Amino acid sequence: MAAPYTVDDLMAWDERIREQAAAFGLDCFPQEFELCDHNQMLGYMAYSGMPSHYPHWSYGKAYEKLKTLYDYGVSGLPYEMVINSSPALAYLMRDNTLLLQILTIAHVYGHNDFFKNNATFRSTRPEFTISSFKAHAARVRRYIEDPSIGLERVEPIVDAAHALSLQCRRNLAIRKRTIEEVRNDLIEAGRPPADPFQQLHRRPKHVEPDLRKVPPEPDEDVLLFIRDHNPYLAEWERDLITIVHEEAQYFIPQIETKIMNEGWASYWHKQILDHLDLPEGLQLEFIVRHNQVVRPFPGGLNPYHLGFKVWEDIRRRYDDPTAEERAEIGDPGKNGLQKMFEVRESDRDVSFLRRHLTEPLLRELDLFEYEARGDDLVVSKVADSESWRDVKALLLQSVGMATVPVIKVDDADFSGNRTLYLVHAHDGRDLLLEHAEKTLAYLHRLWQREVALETLVGGKRTLLAYTDRGFSTKSLK
Amino acid sequence: MTTIFRPFRQADAQRSDRAAGDRLRHRQKIRQSIRENIADIIAEESIIGKDRERVIKVPIRGIKEYRFIYGENAPGVAQGSGSTQPGQVVGKAHREGQGPPDRAGDRPGVDYYETDVSLDELIDIMFEDLELPDLERKRLRELPAPQLTKRKGYRTVGIRVRLDKRHTARARLKRRLATHHGPSHFPGDQPPRFPFHDDDLRYRHMVADLKKESNAVVVCIMDTSGSMDTMKKYLARSFFFLLYQFIVTKYRNVEIVFIAHHTEAREVTEGEFFHKGESGGTFISSGYQKALDIVAERYHPSLWNVYAFHCSDGDNFDSDNPAALRTAHELAQVCNLFGYGEIKPLGSRYYESSMLNIFRRLEADNFQTVLIERKEDIWPSFRAFLAKDRGREQ
Repeated sequence: MAAPYTVDDLMAWDERIREQAAAFGLDCFPQEFELCDHNQMLGYMAYSGMPSHYPHWSYGKAYEKLKTLYDYGVSGLPYEMVINSSPALAYLMRDNTLLLQILTIAHVYGHNDFFKNNATFRSTRPEFTISSFKAHAARVRRYIEDPSIGLERVEPIVDAAHALSLQCRRNLAIRKRTIEEVRNDLIEAGRPPADPFQQLHRRPKHVEPDLRKVPPEPDEDVLLFIRDHNPYLAEWERDLITIVHEEAQYFIPQIETKIMNEGWASYWHKQILDHLDLPEGLQLEFIVRHNQVVRPFPGGLNPYHLGFKVWEDIRRRYDDPTAEERAEIGDPGKNGLQKMFEVRESDRDVSFLRRHLTEPLLRELDLFEYEARGDDLVVSKVADSESWRDVKALLLQSVGMATVPVIKVDDADFSGNRTLYLVHAHDGRDLLLEHAEKTLAYLHRLWQREVALETLVGGKRTLLAYTDRGFSTKSLK
Repeated sequence: MTTIFRPFRQADAQRSDRAAGDRLRHRQKIRQSIRENIADIIAEESIIGKDRERVIKVPIRGIKEYRFIYGENAPGVAQGSGSTQPGQVVGKAHREGQGPPDRAGDRPGVDYYETDVSLDELIDIMFEDLELPDLERKRLRELPAPQLTKRKGYRTVGIRVRLDKRHTARARLKRRLATHHGPSHFPGDQPPRFPFHDDDLRYRHMVADLKKESNAVVVCIMDTSGSMDTMKKYLARSFFFLLYQFIVTKYRNVEIVFIAHHTEAREVTEGEFFHKGESGGTFISSGYQKALDIVAERYHPSLWNVYAFHCSDGDNFDSDNPAALRTAHELAQVCNLFGYGEIKPLGSRYYESSMLNIFRRLEADNFQTVLIERKEDIWPSFRAFLAKDRGREQ
């Protein structure tokens, strides 16, 4: 089925959309669109939109899953798929209606501006995205084709690295200190502070810092730590671990800003299309489609809807505040649009929701907390005056990287036999043990020695260990 | 800076199944996982004489992707439709501590536990597991189209596809001659029309073909008194399955009968056959007697090739042994081939009784006993059993 429009039509609409976006102050990378059919779209989705990507069975699994959902009509394909690169790359489904293409193009410019200007993405180096993914793919393929290595040795390493790829530092804007710097700081901290009244006071004890411990302070980059501290890894194994780590790093900003980013793109596609003077037929379809995108999912949480509502609310509170809000904020000295652009640069989902998801909005959205009781999910708290803070706190725990447990390497030579000792920073949520066991097995595969993880299970300090003899647990005092 | 549009190119789309390699690898992993559990799957799945295209849901393990994630005690946040109250039930808990799949953030979605696999592939994996030689595998998978009919003259009634044009035309000619409507002898005269009539139509008549060469019945006998654990079920089921497949490739019309017995015997379905029955004593003779009755009633040996096989763990009441021997002898008389297989997963044979010694005394050249202790025994036992086939000399 050929759509009743041509690429030239799309280019003409794109011209108008870009003018409109620039008039609103959106600042974008150059943009490329590629028209594809639904099979290609499934392929792009399975590989997170990357034109080239290293091979691994999990992407085959992702593809099958997407295809099954699509074939059974459980989920349609997304209208848009856009990757953070310069130029930004987006895919348009050729079977979509003209209005959907216009809507998608406008939506994509929203994402594009966000990728370019949000602080979280500073470290992603978008101009190298496509080429570095391509280089990774070529390297992994080379190892697979190398007769002395081959798929049967590459796959176990990639499997293991995938399991640990999100166990890394979350805020890439903070520079990681080198081991030297950390040691110097430790030495500095061990010195007694300068004291003008030294003659009067008793001398404080000089505390000798332990400089032999590796790592000198707990390290969150688990994969990198293993790469740098397991001397028995081959060069190609180190390279595979590096590749998996770097790709995870690239995607973390997108995990961290999903709600903001989708909300922002939805907000601007709405603004842009409202200013385009659409013909009546398209206007009607636009209203329907827009509402499909940003509708709430009762019993779930639609990031498009949540983000969109918060952005709208930010603008309203600065342009048209209620009396209480006026009293609270005072004279902000900026209008809603300026505030929005400021927030889009500085925040990520957690801070965005913490600062701008207000109590009235929380109530309007009817957000609630649920927990499993037996086989049912039961509402445990709602956004009323006494527990809205709890609901909000829990929401902040379930966005972005807050869904990944914080686990740090504490000691690489625990008990003097090169046991890798990790500590889980428990925040009230227990690890799922079945997954913890399997993931420790992967860790053991990469570290090649005993690994141990300290965590809380049901409030008790517990040590999960994995050795050559398999998995074991024991209680700690 | 203008935006670049890359138009859709059919050739690219057809060339660009980029996920093909990874999908294949994923499929291999699934298959490997099924192979590891094939005994469990076959033990629970009806496979004998079923449609090969049928798709079965098979639970699999081992291709989940693991990470450190939060467990079941983690509550979640969701949105209501306006006036949610504490205590309201909003959904079903997942086995994985994930909450609804579409909540914000990036928790891994719930992995599926079941995969679809066709019966055909399952059987293929089973053959692999039983270490069947390739050539045999191929032979056992061929299903000849069953032709159960032969032609037998012509009738005036029938279905349109069996209309016989020649006989119909001749019938019309006969009718025309009989009504003196000969062709006109005057040149230039238009001969009057003489159309076909319903009575002229002749149809080829087909009857069911009941020749002995084309009919076989497989009688599966098993004692359901003992414990049927997974391994026993798997061994028995795969043996019966091989037997059935083999018979199907040789005969056009194959029927199958399942007889389950403990102290008394009854005819059952495949599903019931492989389910743990009642515990208690065993009279093997009851199973054989039932088989004899069914053969006498429905499958007369003059028209049917009878193949009987009995799987047992070897327990029998001593008092029943003479009767068992007698009925076994009678059964061997009416069968092409009759076999007794003792399934004793390794290590159990030393403290359990066995019928193998009793059946040594049975004088029949088409009777065979086999001992199956592990799955590797299935194929050799099966070969040994078939070597006695009386039908081979014909």
